Amino acid sequence: MNSSSSVFNSLRPAAMESFRKLGIPDRSLENYKSTDIPKVFLSPLNRYIEQRKILFAVEDLFHCDIPELDTELILLVNGWFYENRPKLQVLPGGMIIGSMSEAAKQYPDLLEQHYSKYADYEKDGLVALNTAFAQDGTFIFVPRGAGNDRAIQIVNVLLSPEDLFVQHRNLVIVEDNATARVVVCDHSLSARHFLTNSVTEIYVGPNAHLDYFKLQNENNNSNQISTSFVHQERSSEAVFNTITLHGGLIRNNVYTRLNGEGASNQTLGLFLVDKTQHVDTYTFVDHAVPNCASRQNFKGILDDQATGAFNGRILVRPQAQKTQAYQVNNNILLTNDAKMSTKPQLEIYADDVKCSHGATVGQLDQNAIFYLQSRGISIREARLLLMYAFGHEILSKITVDPLRERLADLVDKRLRGELTRCNSCPLHCQETC
Amino acid sequence: MLSIRNLKAAINGKEILRGINLEVNEGEVHAIMGPNGSGKSTLAAVLAGRDIFTVTGGEVFFDGKPLLGMAPETRARAGIFLGFQYPVEIPGVSMVNFMRTAINEQRKYRELPEMNASDFLKLMRDKKALMEIDSALASRSVNEGFSGGEKKRNEIFQMAMLEPRLAILDETDSGLDIDAMKTVATGVNRLRRPNNAMIVITHYQRLLNYIVPDFVHVLSGGRIVRSGDKTLAYELEEKGYDWIKEENQE
Repeated sequence: MNSSSSVFNSLRPAAMESFRKLGIPDRSLENYKSTDIPKVFLSPLNRYIEQRKILFAVEDLFHCDIPELDTELILLVNGWFYENRPKLQVLPGGMIIGSMSEAAKQYPDLLEQHYSKYADYEKDGLVALNTAFAQDGTFIFVPRGAGNDRAIQIVNVLLSPEDLFVQHRNLVIVEDNATARVVVCDHSLSARHFLTNSVTEIYVGPNAHLDYFKLQNENNNSNQISTSFVHQERSSEAVFNTITLHGGLIRNNVYTRLNGEGASNQTLGLFLVDKTQHVDTYTFVDHAVPNCASRQNFKGILDDQATGAFNGRILVRPQAQKTQAYQVNNNILLTNDAKMSTKPQLEIYADDVKCSHGATVGQLDQNAIFYLQSRGISIREARLLLMYAFGHEILSKITVDPLRERLADLVDKRLRGELTRCNSCPLHCQETC
Repeated sequence: MLSIRNLKAAINGKEILRGINLEVNEGEVHAIMGPNGSGKSTLAAVLAGRDIFTVTGGEVFFDGKPLLGMAPETRARAGIFLGFQYPVEIPGVSMVNFMRTAINEQRKYRELPEMNASDFLKLMRDKKALMEIDSALASRSVNEGFSGGEKKRNEIFQMAMLEPRLAILDETDSGLDIDAMKTVATGVNRLRRPNNAMIVITHYQRLLNYIVPDFVHVLSGGRIVRSGDKTLAYELEEKGYDWIKEENQE
C-alpha cells in the first residue's frame, strides 16, 4: 500500500488496532443480532491489493442498466476506479468527480477536513476494517454554490474469475448552497462469491441539497455490507434512498447526524427479496441540534424463505427542541416461511418534540385483491399490482425522472420474477445472476 | 340471463342466504330492497365470487353456464360487474393502468386483440365525458383520496368502461347526497341497453325514483319474501321494513 496517500495511511494503525479489539460484529451485539455477519467472512475470498486489468470496455455495461439516464458516469470495477475517463475530472460549474485515491493525492486538504470525520472506526469493527485497508472508491466534491442538472452516476461493478473481497471507500462533499444528485448502482457481472464492505461518508454543508439513490442488484451469491454516514449542517436537505432487488446477505447501515439547525433528512428504502435472501437495515438518526426534521420510510416485500430485519434508532438529544422525527416500516410477507423482524428505538431527551414511529408486518389486502379480480384482473396480476403499488411510495421519492421510470420497471420485472437486465448486454450477464 | 335457484350461503358457519330464487332476463332492471342484515350485500358478493362466503346450497346459471365454480375474474370477464358499496382505495395503482389491465383481460377472454394505447385513451375520454368524471380523477390512484361521491361515480365509470352484461350495484346510493345520487343514477340510466341487465341493491326507495326498476324484490332473513313491480318500493317506504318482517313471521 505504498502508493496510497498519507491521509489513508495515517489512520491505518489506529483503525487496525480498533479492528483487533472489535472484530467482525456478531449476533451478541444488539445492533447485529438479526444477521450472522461472521458467516460471510468464513469462506476464503481473494483480495486485490492493486487494480487488475479488465479486458473489455466496461462502460458498455452501463447501457444495460439505466439507458435513458444522461449522467456524469463513474465506473468502479471491484472497488477500483475504472479509467475510461480522467481519474479526477473537474466538471463545468466546478464539481470534481472521480477516484478517491487520486483525490487523496491531489486534494489532501479536503481529505484532511472530511475523511474519517463522520465514519467512526472505534464503534464498528466493519468500519475499522474498511478504514484500515481503504484504497479506492468514489470521490465527489461539489464546491460552494455549485450545482449541475446532470446527476452523477456511480456504477459499482463486481467482475472477477475468482471469489473476491472488495472494500469501497467513498466520500461525497456538498459544500454550502451546493446541490447534487447521486445515483449509485451495484452490480455483479460474474457468478462468483463477492463480499463487499463499503463505507461512504457524506457531508452536506449549510443550505446544501443532496439526493442520493442507491440500487443494489448483485447476484444472490454476493454479500454486501454497506455503511453510510450522512452529516448535515444548517438548513441542508438530504434524501438517502436505497432500493434492493438482488443480492444474498445484505446489511445496510445508514447513520445520519443532523448537526445544524433547520436541517431536514429523508432516509428511505425498498427491498424485494425471495429465495433465501436476507436484508437487514439499521438506521440511526441523531438529532443533535434544535429545529431539524427527519423522516424514515422503509418497505419490504418478502417471498419464499427470505428474511429481513429493520432496526431504526432515533436519538433526540436534550438540546434538540422542536425536533420532528418520524419513522415508518411496513412489510409484506408473501409466504408463511418468510420472516421479518422490525424494531423501532426512540430515545428522546428533549421535551418539545414531535416524534412518531410505526411498524407493520402483514399480507396483501384481501379486499383490494378481490376488488381487482372483480374487474377481470387475474389473482396473480392483482397481487403484482398491489405489490407494485406498495413500493410506489418509495419509488415516487426518486427525483431523477428517467431513473425513477427505469427503477419502476426494474421493480415490476423483479416482482414478476423476470430478469432485470436488458437483453442487449454484451456480457450476457443474465446467465450469471 | 341470470338464474338463481335456491341459493344458500354462509360466513363463519352462519347462514346468511337461506334459499334465494331469482330470474333476470335481458333488458330488465331488478331492485333488491331489504332491512340491514337481510343478506343483500351477501347476495351481491356471492354472485361476484367473494370467497369469504361459502355457498352451502343451490345453483346459479349465467348465460346458461354454471357460475358458482368460476373464479371472480372469470365472472367479470364473462360480463358480471359488481359496483361496490365500499370501493377499495388502492394507492400506487393508477386508474389508467387499472382500467387498461381490466379491459385487456376481458378482451383476451373474448379472444380479441389487446386494445392499443390511443384507442384505449379515446375510450377513457369518451366514458369520462359520459359519466361527467373530470380528467384529474382518472389520472389519480384508484379511489385514493376520493370523496364518497367520487368513489361511487368512479364505480359507474368503470361499469361504463367494461360494459357488463349484468351489473350488480350494491348500495350505490349509500352515503350520497341527493345531487350526487342523481349524477350516479343518470350515469347508470345511460348504460341501460336491451341486451344487458341490472340488479340494483338499495336500502331506500329514493334511488328507484331515478333508476326505475322493472321488478322489486324484498329480501328478509336471507330469502326473497315478496316480489312486485315498482309500486312495491313505495309501499315499503310508507310502511317500513317492520311490515315485511311482521308479515313474514306470521
